[in-house]
Amino acid sequence: MDARILDQEPEAPMITPAGTILAPARGPFALSPINRRRWENFKRNRRGYVSLWIFIALFIISMFAEFIANDKPLYVHVAGKSFFPIFFTYPDTAFGDKDDPNLLGTAADFRDDPYLKELIAKEGGWMIWPPIRFHYDTHVSKPPSPFPSKPTWLLNEQDCKYAAENGFAKCDEVEANWLGTDDQGRDVVARLIYGFRISVLFGLILTIISSIIGVAAGAVQGYFGGWVDLLFQRFIEIWTSIPELYLLLIIASVLVPGFFVLLGILLLFSWVRLVGLVRAEFLRARNFEYIMAARALGVSNAVIMFRHMLPNAMVATMTFLPFILSSSVMTLTALDFLGFGLPPGSPSLGEMLSQGKSNIQAPWLGLSGFFTVAIMLSLLIFIGEGIRDAFDPRKTRW
Amino acid sequence: MSEPLLSVRALSVAFRQGDKDILAVDKVSFDIRKGETLALVGESGSGKSVTALSVMKLLPYPQAYHPSGQILFKGRDVLPLSEAKMRDVRGCDISIIFQEPQTSLNPLHVIEKQIAESLALHRGISGPAARKRVIELLDQVGIPDPESRLGSYPHQLSGGQRQRVMIALALANEPDLLIADEPTTALDVTVQAQILKLLKDLQGRLGMAMLFITHDLKIVRKVADQVCVMTQGKIVEHGPVERVFTQATHPYTQQLLAAEPKKEPAPIKPDAPIVLQTDNLKVWFPIRRGVLRKTVGHIKAVDGVSIELRKGETLGVVGESGSGKTTLGLAILRLISSDGPVVFMGNQLQGLKFKSMRPFRRNMQIVFQDPYGSLSPRMSVSDIIEEGLWVHHPTMPQAEREQRVISALVDVGLEPATRFRYPHEFSGGQRQRIAVARAIVLEPTFVVLDEPTSALDMLIQCQIVALLCKLRREHDLTYMFISHDLKVVSALASRLVVMRHGKVVEEGPAADVFAAPKNDYTRALFAAAFDLETAAEGVVAE
Repeated sequence: MDARILDQEPEAPMITPAGTILAPARGPFALSPINRRRWENFKRNRRGYVSLWIFIALFIISMFAEFIANDKPLYVHVAGKSFFPIFFTYPDTAFGDKDDPNLLGTAADFRDDPYLKELIAKEGGWMIWPPIRFHYDTHVSKPPSPFPSKPTWLLNEQDCKYAAENGFAKCDEVEANWLGTDDQGRDVVARLIYGFRISVLFGLILTIISSIIGVAAGAVQGYFGGWVDLLFQRFIEIWTSIPELYLLLIIASVLVPGFFVLLGILLLFSWVRLVGLVRAEFLRARNFEYIMAARALGVSNAVIMFRHMLPNAMVATMTFLPFILSSSVMTLTALDFLGFGLPPGSPSLGEMLSQGKSNIQAPWLGLSGFFTVAIMLSLLIFIGEGIRDAFDPRKTRW
Repeated sequence: MSEPLLSVRALSVAFRQGDKDILAVDKVSFDIRKGETLALVGESGSGKSVTALSVMKLLPYPQAYHPSGQILFKGRDVLPLSEAKMRDVRGCDISIIFQEPQTSLNPLHVIEKQIAESLALHRGISGPAARKRVIELLDQVGIPDPESRLGSYPHQLSGGQRQRVMIALALANEPDLLIADEPTTALDVTVQAQILKLLKDLQGRLGMAMLFITHDLKIVRKVADQVCVMTQGKIVEHGPVERVFTQATHPYTQQLLAAEPKKEPAPIKPDAPIVLQTDNLKVWFPIRRGVLRKTVGHIKAVDGVSIELRKGETLGVVGESGSGKTTLGLAILRLISSDGPVVFMGNQLQGLKFKSMRPFRRNMQIVFQDPYGSLSPRMSVSDIIEEGLWVHHPTMPQAEREQRVISALVDVGLEPATRFRYPHEFSGGQRQRIAVARAIVLEPTFVVLDEPTSALDMLIQCQIVALLCKLRREHDLTYMFISHDLKVVSALASRLVVMRHGKVVEEGPAADVFAAPKNDYTRALFAAAFDLETAAEGVVAE
């Protein structure tokens, strides 16, 4: 081990002529050497590193979902004037004569209002559309079959013949639905993008808040021990014995289960998961000599807990975090699947799966939902593993 | 000359680790004859235990493998033997005693069962015959009243007794070769002397050969006939004990033999101001029983200790494990609660809250025994040393703080550029230096050194002792040096306190106590520590 220290000199110090050794100058945003090494360690775990970039890319893309899948154009240029329908709602009268009886003064529908389109074309105007011209709640107006309809690229001769014979849209005038539509005629891709965003946001927020509460509670219990620990443990035992799902059903019947109501309810129970782990780590660590040494230095309890014990408990916490994150995502998906989750019409992966279950003849629903959930959870877990190993000071190689 | 019982020829051991192999033992050769004791000496990491374990084939194969060599036991090479054949050799022809008696006995079985198991396996003895043999063995290893001990669990025995049981277990099938892997390192000096005597007696009586692994040259001299000195996987010197000790040829051996902590005790200063004074200090842990947790008695860890320490002096506190010396140190630093006044530089510390203690902590520091446990593994060295400065000089500018850390590192002889590393990248000795740096960066007056050298190799011990001496001189420090290692204490202490069962049995100027101990227990302790002699019956506990 010593030999290794000698042959690699990571932080070469500058030795000034006077012989004093200064730390290498560091910019305000540069990582400290330790964090830089953690980052290097993380990068060395290829799978985690690649997953992180894929996940970041997906997350950023989904953050801009409105620009990717929307039923409004990004930009409309008519008669020398600029319109941004994505940010503002315009009445259709803005594009034509106020007295035109065909214009009702309602919000302009650029997608499905043929008259408006014609008006804009006549003025020599043009529009920039997002790549997917569906919002998560846009209903497809000209399907080739009853809903759920197939992905457009899977339509074969037989389907086209069926569409023509039964009064559905002909194959050449069908709008492209890359992954088909669901049973209410909404584009699957658009719903997946929005669903991914809401799932990840929900999972992240739930994980972060419940980790903070859980770690704090576990830390206090483990560090002080004794009565604090005893009472808290009994409380948690009683608390966890409350059946979560029933409570959720009861609350759902009183309150409308929106995003934040669900978050709050799940938070009531999910913070408990980390407590036992952190508590055990703290119980173990509080008898270590370096804790004693810190106390001998006069370091206060709060600082000991934060600086000395928490980083050591962090690896165990980190090991758990990806699982908490993925289970948070799963919980939301499961509730949606059962129909107790987000309000009807919300883009949700659980609802997609549930549609897949009830429409076995339309495998694109179930498969799309399954792959989105599976890939998302796998990425999160790979990243979590990478982070966990990067925080382990003893781990130097893979 | 008779045929050797065990002949190790050009044995190498390598470990596969990731993509590169580490050679732990490099072509070592030695012979052991019947009735002879060969000692393998070396520092930790020199490959001595690995050599011994390969004789039993107990290494973690296949990560470990032997690039070369033969191990001939009674003329037969054991290396190519199958696992099943090896089991017949282990415990029957060759048996082993490990260092840690705490963990080498199964805590869930009574000792009769553990010894009888070995008998049943190799000899097929069971029932009353086995019981008779177990009693005989326990009697042989000097367990008093062996019949009543048959049903004891390991935790009901003391450390020395557990090691005796381990020896009984090893001897159960009258092995031809006994491997003793640091059998006394975890024991107190007085118990160590007893165990060494027992091993020597048994060897004479049973005529077995012994491969004795140790880092302690005193023990080698006491028990061995032949000695092999190992370093970095190689045997650098090999020969009869007398010759090696008197005319060592290899520089490493000479270095080892010369490795004595340099004696430089602090002066006694009867006129210097009193730094620390305790009067009848007590640390009693209540024993509670029953539903109402009524206190039925006390464990008296420290029971009425009065000490007085003047500036610049070094107080040596010696005693065996469980004598309360560490507890005394912690109580003085107010890290555990105690009764009785503790006066530090004229201030009464007794009864102060943690917060009101804080201003004093800058002047009183502690260095712990275990350099692996006393440094937070997730903080860099710089953060570790800097911590005290944050507490006591919260307004100190970053540059000055950094400068203080650097000068503390220079003081303890470490390269300041290494301060961004984590503790696990340092060796034991270096870590102990970091722990010392953490204590002295605050420029304290008084430092408690709680066995700071016990976990270190001999050569490193000497370096740390020299470092402590240097720091004392340069910073005019007052030490309280807690140790069971009398040699180190004698090198540093100006005054000495001998503790037993929480009480002080003898105290006085160190030179006087070492020269003419008055108390029987002190005499027994010194005899065991310096000459490895056992004491008369009744003076020391088993």
